[in-house]
Amino acid sequence: MKLLTHNMLSCHIKNVRNGYPFLIEVVKVSEHEADFDPDFLKHIFPRINWPAFLQGAQSLGCREGLPEEAAESMLEDEGFLKRFHHALLEVFLEEGSLVCPETGRKFPVTKGIPNMLLNEDEC
Amino acid sequence: MGKGERPEHMAPPDIFYNEDEARKYTTNSRMINIQSTLTERALELLALPQDGLPRLLLDLGCGSGLSGEALSEAGQVWVGLDISAAMLDVAHEREVEGDLVLGDLGHGLPLRPGSFDGAISISAVQWLCNADRAGHDPRKRMKRFFETLYMSLRRGARAVLQIYPENHKQAEMLVAAAMKVGFSGGLVVDYPHSTRAKKYFLVLMVGTSISVPTAKGLDGGEPEDEEEEAAAEHVQVAGRDRNKRRRTGSGKGDGKGREWVLRKKEQMRKKGYDIAPDSKYTARKRKRVV
Repeated sequence: MKLLTHNMLSCHIKNVRNGYPFLIEVVKVSEHEADFDPDFLKHIFPRINWPAFLQGAQSLGCREGLPEEAAESMLEDEGFLKRFHHALLEVFLEEGSLVCPETGRKFPVTKGIPNMLLNEDEC
Repeated sequence: MGKGERPEHMAPPDIFYNEDEARKYTTNSRMINIQSTLTERALELLALPQDGLPRLLLDLGCGSGLSGEALSEAGQVWVGLDISAAMLDVAHEREVEGDLVLGDLGHGLPLRPGSFDGAISISAVQWLCNADRAGHDPRKRMKRFFETLYMSLRRGARAVLQIYPENHKQAEMLVAAAMKVGFSGGLVVDYPHSTRAKKYFLVLMVGTSISVPTAKGLDGGEPEDEEEEAAAEHVQVAGRDRNKRRRTGSGKGDGKGREWVLRKKEQMRKKGYDIAPDSKYTARKRKRVV
């Protein structure tokens, strides 16, 4: 699972109000190269929740070089784009779990696939 | 699967799509062909702006990633959701480009609001019409699904859901559930007069209401065509029809009439009951007291 997906996921247990962002428990991380596409990065940037992204990057160990605050103007900087691209699309959580920040419910991640199935009493 | 058997009737989706069934979706060229044709058509109906920019799309019921591959080929970035772990395993093995999430559409989508540019779904959403477990309420599950789908899309985004409804009622139920949560749009039926090629696409829009795209294969001019078109038309306006029925329904009920009341009273008198004498007020409607 990429950090892009992590950024879009939110806990959907019934009556959970603050289910975003998921905390990440890491067992195994991997890296795969992905095509560098500045257009997509610029398109998606305004939608990325930056604090959640930093928090995820911290857990996966690819926080280095990412600024505390990000602004639209940084997208002109090639170096920033490269680091953004790497953390967003090239680092994968292979094994571990996503933890709901409100309830502490763990959603296991195996083979890079988070299991978001709920029990009947949760939906 | 033979003709006339529906997978929905055999087992719940997480059981039905086991390793064997999942394997079919990568080895059977006919299945692969159908899936990618449907995906291409869905993309066409999604009507993304033609500026060459990759969009972030949602693939609901992505299965082994056949539809996802067609999306990648079209240069889009996607996230897939499916309920079958076996199908997702196959997708993982095939190293599809999109991220995969194991989840049940009926539980709602675990996504934050306004995160996606569009959504497609190939042959998956009709599963929501089934109650596979005790405590499953199809209407509730549909509502939850459409609510969370509506939320997760950006304004002006579309969702194109290709479905195999079992009958007209199912299609109407799905359309009604989608309209109820605020989607605009309706059902597009491709090749309506062919039993085999007929395909249903639920085209849903968030916010701005654009007219529903036209279906393929509507030309012909045989009378049965018109019937089918009328049927498709009917589904599109399901919401409005329902309101109309409600409005007229509350008028005069078909009462039994004075004659019937007199006869009944006579019968009861013969049985020896004490019955009020007949008068000009008998069986008259009560005045409405406001």
